[in-house]
Order: sequence, then C-alpha cells, then structure tokens
Amino acid sequence: MAIEVRIPTILRTYTDGAKQVEGAGSTLDELISDLEHRHVGLRARLIDGGSLRRFVNVYLNDEDVRFLDGLETPVKDGDTVTVLPAVAGGAV
Amino acid sequence: MLTLTRELHDKIVQHARQDHPDEACGVLAGPAGTDRPRRFIPMTNAARSPTFYEFDSAEQFQVWKQMDDQDEEPVVIYHSHTATEAYPSRTDIGLAGEPSAHYVLVSTRDENETEFRSYRIVDGEVTEEPVTVLE
Repeated sequence: MAIEVRIPTILRTYTDGAKQVEGAGSTLDELISDLEHRHVGLRARLIDGGSLRRFVNVYLNDEDVRFLDGLETPVKDGDTVTVLPAVAGGAV
Repeated sequence: MLTLTRELHDKIVQHARQDHPDEACGVLAGPAGTDRPRRFIPMTNAARSPTFYEFDSAEQFQVWKQMDDQDEEPVVIYHSHTATEAYPSRTDIGLAGEPSAHYVLVSTRDENETEFRSYRIVDGEVTEEPVTVLE
C-alpha cells in the first residue's frame, strides 16, 4: 500500500532532502508512525501530546484533516497527504 | 536584498491600509529559483485580529498547489503590524516556516507613513535586508 506524502522544505532534513516520500497505514496516525521508522524525528514535528500540532497543516488529498477525523482520518493506497507549515504570526 | 516593483510594493501597502486595524497578510509568488516576485496574492487573515494573523488553511493549500503547478514559489510572505514597529515579533520568528522566503513587515501604526521592511528568518535568526523598489 503506497500513500504519497508531500514534505515541506523545513521538514526535508528528516527525509534527506526528499520533497515526497511514501508510507503505509490505514489511518493518518498509522501512516505517520510508519514514516517515523524511516524518517526519525518527523513524528514529533507533526504531533504533540497525541494530537496534530497547531501550526502544522496536514491535508488528505485537498482537505485539511482537522475537518475530517484528525489523526484518525482513514487513508488508503493512492491518497496524497500534504504537510504545510501554517503561515502565521503576530504583533508580539 | 529584496527587489520588487513599485506596483507590488504599493499593493502590499494598500492591502495593509485597507485591513487596518486588523493585520493584513499575503504572498508574492515568483518563478521558482528566480527570487523575483511577480504575482500579488493577498490572503484572508483567518484570525481577523489586530495582533495576530494566520492564513486560512484551505486557502493556503490552494495557493501553494497553484504555485507548485505553475513552478512558482512564495518569494515574499508579508504581513502588517498595526500598532507596533515593522520588525518580526517573537511569534513571527517562532512560526516562520519558509526559510527561502523574504518576510516583509509593514507597519500601519502611523496613519500617514507606512513602514515597509524586509527580513530573512532562518532557524530562528532574523536578518534585515535592504529593499530595492523598481520604478
């Protein structure tokens, strides 16, 4: 089962510079755990305290998984998961 | 060094003035690898706040996908400060996630003069850079 995962520039240190990697799993959580085996440290950049980090956007195909089932979102062969750092900031 | 046209510079300033007192935000896209901004893309500030900005995540996805399809990258990521100086805050620095982008800060704290400054933010380090506006 191959799910394509698109990695933003700042996380490519975990993928030896690759902008795209492949993984397996039946939920997003499983997929991320699978990726962690080959890209150690990546999981901690995406997940904190058991949920997806506030300023990391993860999309299944073209939907933000926050509007699906978060880490429990089902994924399957042929899906594309895209990770983008949120663009945000403030006055302080 | 950030080089951009007068037209793009003025569009950013106008956007910031329009949204004041909320922070305005957006992107200037340019052909990948050229470091030249060409396309003005104002973004919705999903936070709609005078002290915080955040791109709407669905909008960000569409814009990033379009840039990728057109072989562009986000050359400039801009936002405004409405009561403080045009300098990256601790939050701005902590959340800067595009190491190749020029981070433009505009301040609309003075109703007559708009401050427009540019920075590189890489690994938590801020470096101000000169801005060249092409007439």
